[in-house]
Amino acid sequence: MFIKFAEMIGRAVKGPLEEVGRLMLLLFSVLRLSLKRPYDVRIVMKQMVEIGINSLPVVLITAVFTGMVLALQSYTGFKRFGAEGLVGSVVALSMTRELGPVLCALIVTGRAGAAMAAELGTMRVTEQIDALETLATNPVKYLVVPRFLSGLIMLPALVIVTDIIGIMGGYFVTVTLLGTSSTSYMNATWDFLEAEDIYNGLIKAAFFGAAFALISCYRGFYTTGGAEGVGKATIGAVVLSSMTILISDYFLSAWLF
Amino acid sequence: MIELAGIHKSFGSNHVLRGVDLKVKKGESVVVIGGSGSGKSVILKHIIGLLKPDSGKVFIDSTDLSGLDEDGLSNIRKKFGMLFQSAALFDSMRVWENVGFGLLRHSEMSNDEVREAASQKLRLVGLAGVEDLMPSELSGGMRKRVGLARAIAMEPEILLYDEPTTGLDPIMADVIDVLIVEMRERLNVTSIAITHDMKSAYKIADRIAMLYNGVIISEGTPDEIKNTADPVVRQFIEGNAEGPITLERI
Ligand SMILES: Nc1ncnc2c1ncn2[C@@H]1O[C@H](COP(=O)(O)OP(=O)(O)O)[C@@H](O)[C@H]1O
Ligand SMILES: [Mg+2]
Repeated sequence: MFIKFAEMIGRAVKGPLEEVGRLMLLLFSVLRLSLKRPYDVRIVMKQMVEIGINSLPVVLITAVFTGMVLALQSYTGFKRFGAEGLVGSVVALSMTRELGPVLCALIVTGRAGAAMAAELGTMRVTEQIDALETLATNPVKYLVVPRFLSGLIMLPALVIVTDIIGIMGGYFVTVTLLGTSSTSYMNATWDFLEAEDIYNGLIKAAFFGAAFALISCYRGFYTTGGAEGVGKATIGAVVLSSMTILISDYFLSAWLF
Repeated sequence: MIELAGIHKSFGSNHVLRGVDLKVKKGESVVVIGGSGSGKSVILKHIIGLLKPDSGKVFIDSTDLSGLDEDGLSNIRKKFGMLFQSAALFDSMRVWENVGFGLLRHSEMSNDEVREAASQKLRLVGLAGVEDLMPSELSGGMRKRVGLARAIAMEPEILLYDEPTTGLDPIMADVIDVLIVEMRERLNVTSIAITHDMKSAYKIADRIAMLYNGVIISEGTPDEIKNTADPVVRQFIEGNAEGPITLERI
């Protein structure tokens, strides 16, 4: 009875554990190969544009509306106990510490992560990854390293934009629509905001950026089973990356703040 | 020289190769024939180290592939050019970048020089004016020829062709066959080709080997194969539905 139960758990755990193991192996080769010459600067730049610049429109819209709704909701709530002067602080702290990194990471995962998994998955099932190897090119170095580095670099960059735009959205609602004075909003913003809030938000962003890129590339890189497999890899990449972002967000917050 | 010694390979419960032995001398052209799904592509992928055997060894110029690290393997792959069954062109790159990929990565040539070299290889396979097209804009036969141009771009010592003429019209197939023969005569390349197409096999092969049930069951010169008494080989080269080969075995 007990042995059967243990066996069951063993089987249930084996799949995910193997996957974590393979993901870690990929991470180690990515880290090792990103230090190895030649550096594919141009490919990294191309991926940075792909992740950073091309995600900008959705990120901007997300940021401005998040800042706006935060301001609106906290204004309504805080008014009940006469604390509407703190709206600026709430927007600034929520954006920098939490919503900026997490929302930005989720949005970029949906866009760039899905694209990475689909592109690498297609390259796998059409033997383009094998072809790279026959041309004496390490496919992890050529395909995964640039995407990983771009995720790591561009997500913090996007989060800086998100933070600023979110605070501007909050300003627009509080000052322009609800008529609070501009100075009191800006004072509330700066009074409680510390450099540490911003830094730690950016550390989270870097972690999320590395995580979604690694997971999405992993799913794409090891795709099997033709076009259907590419679809599954893409879904898997987005789901697994989003879960990883949300779960690690809690632990990173507990550790950093 | 290329040598496969006792190669076994399984995918799950599918025991594809069951002790393949094959030797190919320098400058020789060997054709491997066999039914669909018999493991011909798997053999090629072992020769270039894309797949690792479960047991057995692959030697390239007496270097054991299993003893090589990543850089060693990468260096030995510079001796090879490979044409994939489905061409495997990089669909995010233009035709000339596909053909020049190896040169762009492994030589000091400028983009213009690589482009010129790519054009020259493309002319060799009968294509002109396609340099700036994307692979998705090409027909199947053109893709195959671009794949061939990419395989020969680095002027390798060993060429692996996976069904080079499948899906081409008979005239284009013959153009490719002539090209393969020329590559060997002009550059003295060693080549291993896989094909179903017996006309092509007779034309390009010094030696033909037949893969059946995971082993090489017969090998010989084109004339020996044409006149073989082996009923399995006979059935295959004559293309008969009746015979010792039954559908579930191939
Ligand atoms: N990477 C792989 N994973 C699982 N099975 C494979 C793989 N490559 C080939 N096979 C299986 O091996 C067998 C031989 O395939 P292949 O060598 O492509 O045949 P062919 O002789 O037509 O080229 C097939 O049953 C195929 O499904
Ligand atoms: Mg095949």
